[in-house]
Amino acid sequence: SACGVIMASAAVAGHSNMKSSHLASLTPQWMNSEVLTGTSIMAVEFDGGVVVGADSRTSMGTYVSNRVTDKLTRVTDRIYCCRSGSAADTQAIADIVSSHMEILEVKLGEPPLVQVAANTFKEICYNYRDMLMAGIIVAGWDKSKGGQVYTIPLGGMMVRQPIAIGGSGSTYVWGHIDAAYQPNMNQEETVDFVRKTLTLALTRDGSSGGVVRVAVITKDGVDRRVFLHNELPEFYQG
Amino acid sequence: MMEVVDNSYPGFQFSNFARNENLVAKGFPMPNSRKTGTTIAGIVFKDGVVLGADTRATEGDIIADKNCSKIHYLQPNMYCCGAGTAADLEMTTQLMASQLELHRLNTGRQVPVVAANRMLKQMLFRYQGYIGAALVLGGVDKHDSHIYSIHPHGSTDRLPYTTMGSGSLAAMSVFESRWKPNMEAKEAKQLVRDAIAGGVFNDLGSGSNIDLCIITKDGATMIRPYDVANVKGQRQGKYEYKRGTTEVLSTTVRPIQIVAETVKKVTVEEMDTA
Repeated sequence: SACGVIMASAAVAGHSNMKSSHLASLTPQWMNSEVLTGTSIMAVEFDGGVVVGADSRTSMGTYVSNRVTDKLTRVTDRIYCCRSGSAADTQAIADIVSSHMEILEVKLGEPPLVQVAANTFKEICYNYRDMLMAGIIVAGWDKSKGGQVYTIPLGGMMVRQPIAIGGSGSTYVWGHIDAAYQPNMNQEETVDFVRKTLTLALTRDGSSGGVVRVAVITKDGVDRRVFLHNELPEFYQG
Repeated sequence: MMEVVDNSYPGFQFSNFARNENLVAKGFPMPNSRKTGTTIAGIVFKDGVVLGADTRATEGDIIADKNCSKIHYLQPNMYCCGAGTAADLEMTTQLMASQLELHRLNTGRQVPVVAANRMLKQMLFRYQGYIGAALVLGGVDKHDSHIYSIHPHGSTDRLPYTTMGSGSLAAMSVFESRWKPNMEAKEAKQLVRDAIAGGVFNDLGSGSNIDLCIITKDGATMIRPYDVANVKGQRQGKYEYKRGTTEVLSTTVRPIQIVAETVKKVTVEEMDTA
């Protein structure tokens, strides 16, 4: 069967191949392909908030269907999620969680906690794990625990981490974050770290690319930035 | 009486799957569904949006329809171009048009384009990609001008210009080299026409004419066709045979004779309205 638009994840063990044998191959390869690559996402906690970042490429086989995608999706005013995996699955899940949080905010009379949003994501991703392909990083600020990052990879586990990376491009930067991450960075240092890490991932992963989108979430709100190609740091070009 | 379709449960029926596999194995190939090979495109310009489409519908290698209409009406301020399975597109857009009209009557105001986008994506996601509809939705509402690309599995992207269908790569190359923000209407129409033409001439699944639809805050204008890109050639000579070319050897006339005529009264059973 034709598989849709993918912004994929790193680990896809156990995912069944859903190709139909009698489909005509007159249609181009990118219309029928199931590709599992296509993203670099990350989120980092700092004192006072979080910084989330992503590349902007959405691929359909070898074709880039959107080169300016916004993978940093608003869940509430102070909670954002980074999406990797199937574009359709992650958009649908984010819409559902966002709607739940909106209703919760009215019931509670105050903005919902990041942990609640992360748990809601986890419930969906775990209970429908066989039908979904979604790797999500939930990050935000609330007044009870400050800046928090929760990672929810493919099977639906959820864990809080000070720094989380995801997507196919993340495989290239595990070593870099192990070596270069320092706890207790300030806001500007964190933004710079995210920008540098994503550039490294983007330039090595064929399925990540475009621009680097970054959002800084603090108690005062969300500050969104875009780094174009000429604003990215330069590394060894080989 | 044997039921052909089991209506005891709603949704897609897969009960013939085993039978079909069996037939294919025995040498009876599956009939090809009618697809719209297609080049469709949409852009945002200064005063609104322009949507464009080719007009070829294919059934495998054969052109089933040389002039089909791929720009579908949704609301006075919104139209939708469709690529994929022709039946799915027709049904989906008609269903959406009726749902959106009900929405308009319910709320008492012009329907925002985001509403159509959300309704389409939620329906397509529910069917997990089995509805083969890839759409370019365009419209103008009180907030802004919008172009959305919607994929069969239910993911959507909001973009200033987009293309879909088998000819989308040819059309996108035209957009990537010539699109600018805030273009004038004349330039915008020419750009979309050229993008669709790229698909018409370089993609086997697209062809025939180019239709355009321009939507501004003042309303929508459908131009069908905007450009008759492929005109059928004129026959150079007369290829009919003259009367008398074939010699008549003999003639026999046998009129149909009525043997008998019977009249039978048909009693109509009255409907039981008690």
